[in-house]
Amino acid sequence: MDPMQETTTLVQIKGLRDGLLATLSDAAWEEQRIALLSQIDERPAFFQGARLAMDVGAQILKVNDLVELRDQLSERNVALWAVVSESPTTEKTAQLLGLATRISKPRPEEGRQFSVTDLGEETALFLNKTLRSGTRIEFPGHVVVLGDVNPGAEIVAEGNVIVWGRVRGMIHAGSKGDRGAVICALDLSATQLRIADEVSAMLKPQKDPKPEVASINNEGRLQAEVWNI
Amino acid sequence: MAAQVITISSGKGGVGKTTAVANLAVALASDGRKVVCIDGDIGLRNLDVVMGLENRIVYDIVDIIEGRCKLRQAMIRDKHYPDLYLIPAAQTRDKSAVSPSDMTRVCNDLRPDYDFILIDSPAGIERGFRNAIAAADRVLVVTNPEVSAVRDADRVVGILEAEEKGTPSLILNRLNPALVKHNDMLSAEDVLDLLGIQLIGIVPEDEAVIIGSNRGTPVVTEVKSRAGQAFRNIAKRLQGQAVPFMELEQQGGLWQSIQRLAGRK
Ligand SMILES: Nc1ncnc2c1ncn2[C@@H]1O[C@H](COP(=O)(O)OP(=O)(O)OP(=O)(O)O)[C@@H](O)[C@H]1O
Ligand SMILES: [Mg+2]
Repeated sequence: MDPMQETTTLVQIKGLRDGLLATLSDAAWEEQRIALLSQIDERPAFFQGARLAMDVGAQILKVNDLVELRDQLSERNVALWAVVSESPTTEKTAQLLGLATRISKPRPEEGRQFSVTDLGEETALFLNKTLRSGTRIEFPGHVVVLGDVNPGAEIVAEGNVIVWGRVRGMIHAGSKGDRGAVICALDLSATQLRIADEVSAMLKPQKDPKPEVASINNEGRLQAEVWNI
Repeated sequence: MAAQVITISSGKGGVGKTTAVANLAVALASDGRKVVCIDGDIGLRNLDVVMGLENRIVYDIVDIIEGRCKLRQAMIRDKHYPDLYLIPAAQTRDKSAVSPSDMTRVCNDLRPDYDFILIDSPAGIERGFRNAIAAADRVLVVTNPEVSAVRDADRVVGILEAEEKGTPSLILNRLNPALVKHNDMLSAEDVLDLLGIQLIGIVPEDEAVIIGSNRGTPVVTEVKSRAGQAFRNIAKRLQGQAVPFMELEQQGGLWQSIQRLAGRK
């Protein structure tokens, strides 16, 4: 077995609806900790900013074990929020550290910030928040944002991008070459728009912004027009 | 008593984090609060200088964490306010000497005996920043009315949201009303519009700030200084008082911006 496969069987990671879940096996804690961290280090972009829950099975973990892991995760910009365990000791440790010990219900105090909607053939990623500087969203379908796209944020979608807010960051629609893709927003003062391989010049911020739709016109150039319904 | 832990951060360097910590600490102490400041900028310590306590340092935060001294031994008492303390950063170590859990532990040890723990964060979004926010109940983001500073502040706000530290409050520092008037500077309204977070104070550009820092007596002690007044107001707001925004802050559409924000969740 190659070492890569070995580490993935030690720790399984899957997506939950509000974050990631790492399921540990019965192997020694130290080995699993290293396996988990190396999985993260292999795909840092995937894990950036993630909320991680861990199912540690029957492992008995002391405060120092979890504290160390939490620090190491935090250095990688991964937030450990829950530890599920069959061991009462481990559960107590998790509670001491203020971690959740149950993950069945999404936590009530926060609304869901993203969801993937399957539309049969096509998929759309729905983001119910403002995308701030440093955020990059890549998605193999359409992206819908209910919020602003701030300067320094980027969206790269294979389909269309629709923003119910102001766009001042970079948006690339039809990223795999779909020249029919469009970008719509309430205010398109983007630093840069791209559709397929066409790039727009910088757009001027408007005094009185109107909803606009950007597409590739008959002459093959990217243009933005006021959105007439 | 259970102290509130407040971290002051910014993303971009040199925007006034250390200045804000020193001034807010003194303002809170002069309102009778028990305050501890922690310099989280390991390797580049300077909060001690701004507070005028440099030559009293014996131990620092790394000494506490590594067990070379007791917590109280590293706490330097202020010259004027007996309930104001500083825990200095280590100058000869780097950020890796401290972990987020270490910070949390130190703060938890302090919590029962104080009202406010103010943590000065280093610039950037790396380890040192993460250490500084680990224990925070509340974060204040400092920015200047400059495009690059605002963009870095936005980045920090995004990270704080991802870390579930709640939405931070904003200190807009070094605003120059004359420049804004002539459209040579971003206005408070522009900054708030982009960041979409609650404003806790606007501090004007004021050379008394620099003079105060150099002397080791934060400007907040100067009754006549506008910047001092702004810091005193922020300190009152931290204590839960509703203090109206100062004259200079009431320009243009700022009120609408503040109200719009208040209306948003
Ligand atoms: N309102 C103000 N008016 C004039 N000068 C100011 C003001 N606020 C801060 N300064 C000056 O700006 C400089 C940088 O401030 P300060 O050291 O507080 O920033 P910082 O964010 O802590 O920097 P670093 O990221 O390096 O830690 C100092 O010289 C300070 O005196
Ligand atoms: Mg500083």
